[in-house]
Amino acid sequence: MPEVKILRKYIDDPEQHKIHRALEHGYYQGLKKALGMGQDEIIEMVRASGLRGRGGAGAPTGMKWGFMPKEPTAARPSYLICNADESEPGTFNNRELMEDDPHLLIEGMIISAYALRVRTMFIYIRGEMVLGAKRLADAIAEAYAHGFLGENILGSGFSTNLILHRGAGAYICGEETALMDSLEGLRGHPRSKPPFPAVQGLYGMPTTINNVETLCNLPYLVNNGVDWFRSMGTEKSTGTKIFSVSGHVRKPGNYEITMGTPLKELIYDIAGGMRDGRDLKAVIPGGSSMPMIPKELALNTNMDFESLQSAGTMLGSGGFMVFDDTTDIVQVCEVIARFYKNESCGKCVPCRIGTDWIYKIISRITSGYGRREDLDLLRGVCVNLAGEKMMDSRSFCPLGDAAAWPIIWGGMKHFMHEFEYWIEHKKSPVGQERGLPALV
Amino acid sequence: MLSEQAKDAIREQMARYPCSRSALGAALYIAQEECGGWVPHEAVKDVAEVMGLEPADVQSMMSFYVMYNKEPIGKYLIEICHNVSCALLGAQKLIHVVEDKCGIHPGETSEDGMFTLKGVECLAACGGAPCLQVNGHFHFNVTPEQMSKMIDQLRAEGGPDRSLYNAAYVPEKTCRIQNG
Repeated sequence: MPEVKILRKYIDDPEQHKIHRALEHGYYQGLKKALGMGQDEIIEMVRASGLRGRGGAGAPTGMKWGFMPKEPTAARPSYLICNADESEPGTFNNRELMEDDPHLLIEGMIISAYALRVRTMFIYIRGEMVLGAKRLADAIAEAYAHGFLGENILGSGFSTNLILHRGAGAYICGEETALMDSLEGLRGHPRSKPPFPAVQGLYGMPTTINNVETLCNLPYLVNNGVDWFRSMGTEKSTGTKIFSVSGHVRKPGNYEITMGTPLKELIYDIAGGMRDGRDLKAVIPGGSSMPMIPKELALNTNMDFESLQSAGTMLGSGGFMVFDDTTDIVQVCEVIARFYKNESCGKCVPCRIGTDWIYKIISRITSGYGRREDLDLLRGVCVNLAGEKMMDSRSFCPLGDAAAWPIIWGGMKHFMHEFEYWIEHKKSPVGQERGLPALV
Repeated sequence: MLSEQAKDAIREQMARYPCSRSALGAALYIAQEECGGWVPHEAVKDVAEVMGLEPADVQSMMSFYVMYNKEPIGKYLIEICHNVSCALLGAQKLIHVVEDKCGIHPGETSEDGMFTLKGVECLAACGGAPCLQVNGHFHFNVTPEQMSKMIDQLRAEGGPDRSLYNAAYVPEKTCRIQNG
């Protein structure tokens, strides 16, 4: 199945980030239509569409919206936050959407704010996305000037404000409750759930927080309807999804395809196949938090929430990292372990200490000092952090799972022989020199 | 230490939010831009005073985030991604080029004050791996040769400043509505 360009339809147009071009392409027509509909009608539409969050967890958007109060007051206002803190290694579709087509996100947010009775919205954009922030700031100013934001939008009586907030470099702030702490001017520490954000979120008020790509679906959904949306994808994973493909493929990049497309097609047809005629070794399917799967599993799975789950991994953020047969899996695990060690926020002990030990043990192995008992030790630390099986978390927030899963349910599960080779021979099983991880 | 102009910019940020403390992130960017790329303790105290917070509180928040520099940095901040996709496609070689040409390791600043090198985590540009940023501006699919040329060019012709890296935007000031 080829690419289905819906959200990415105009992404290659160099003028698309400016409002005159966006208007030529029919943008803000969805907003006009939405403002003529009932607010609950839109929420029902989102629920019926089956749209699921594109940020990683895959929660049904309509269900999340359904928890929001129908009549917020001045003393207890509702907030909408766009989670634009895209930091999951291997994922880069939100950045492109914001840089190249910011009005799609802004229109999607205004429609959502109308449905949710929100008068103050926020975009929390990752600090490193310097160009994205500039493009969004300019686009927001244009949207105000055209009367799409501010008071009495298009004469509908509905008013809403949009505040752009830049993060400052912390992976954990992609976790929704840590993001809210960060937005409040605090260290980005996750909060316990419940209470869920829809009950007690930003500033203690009811809050909906959605991913960039999720919100970008709204204008098209309102314009084209539920049946159109459900005609794409699978029964439980509807619509399109932008997959980010990187690593050893000929044509890395972002590709929008319908959910349920075979992974084989993504790698060999859409992304051009493996570089230099090499053989596929493994794939990380949902950003670095998700367990990698070896070639045999990867070539027989489809890209939707359910299929990947039955392959023992998850769709996550849709960031596919593809490895060829020159890849040293233990060193990949070491890079991943270093990342989570650096990014653990330090709030809870299992994660703060556990991520450090995972990194130290793998680093010892790739330094040539690995001991046989290190493998049990490594497994033990992972279990103490993320449990005996998936979804049996023992850390305060999902970062602990994200640190342990790729090691215990990815690298160690499918490539134990490479760990054993490193320990026995003190060198890489594929002849790679020890690489980046030493440079912490 | 901070100018009245910077303090006013911080106050403008405070007025944007339902709770003024939310402006602390932007305030530190404003301070960092004015202080040449890092936030000295005197600036932390000024930010605290303007916002009605304790300096230790501001310091604590600032220390959590990697984009606030806690010590002086060079004119050009070179941040090379060393996460999985970039590592597999040659990030290490790029780091070696900068090490050789500038005499610095990751985390260090060259003696002439021109360059600071950092190894950073995924920059959300894996499709252009290996990638890096110079003062926040992206470069994709960088080869060691290009890296070497880039250093020469920055020395000879200069490059982008950090105004966007430290930007604090107020795009919604064209229209304000009351919350509620």
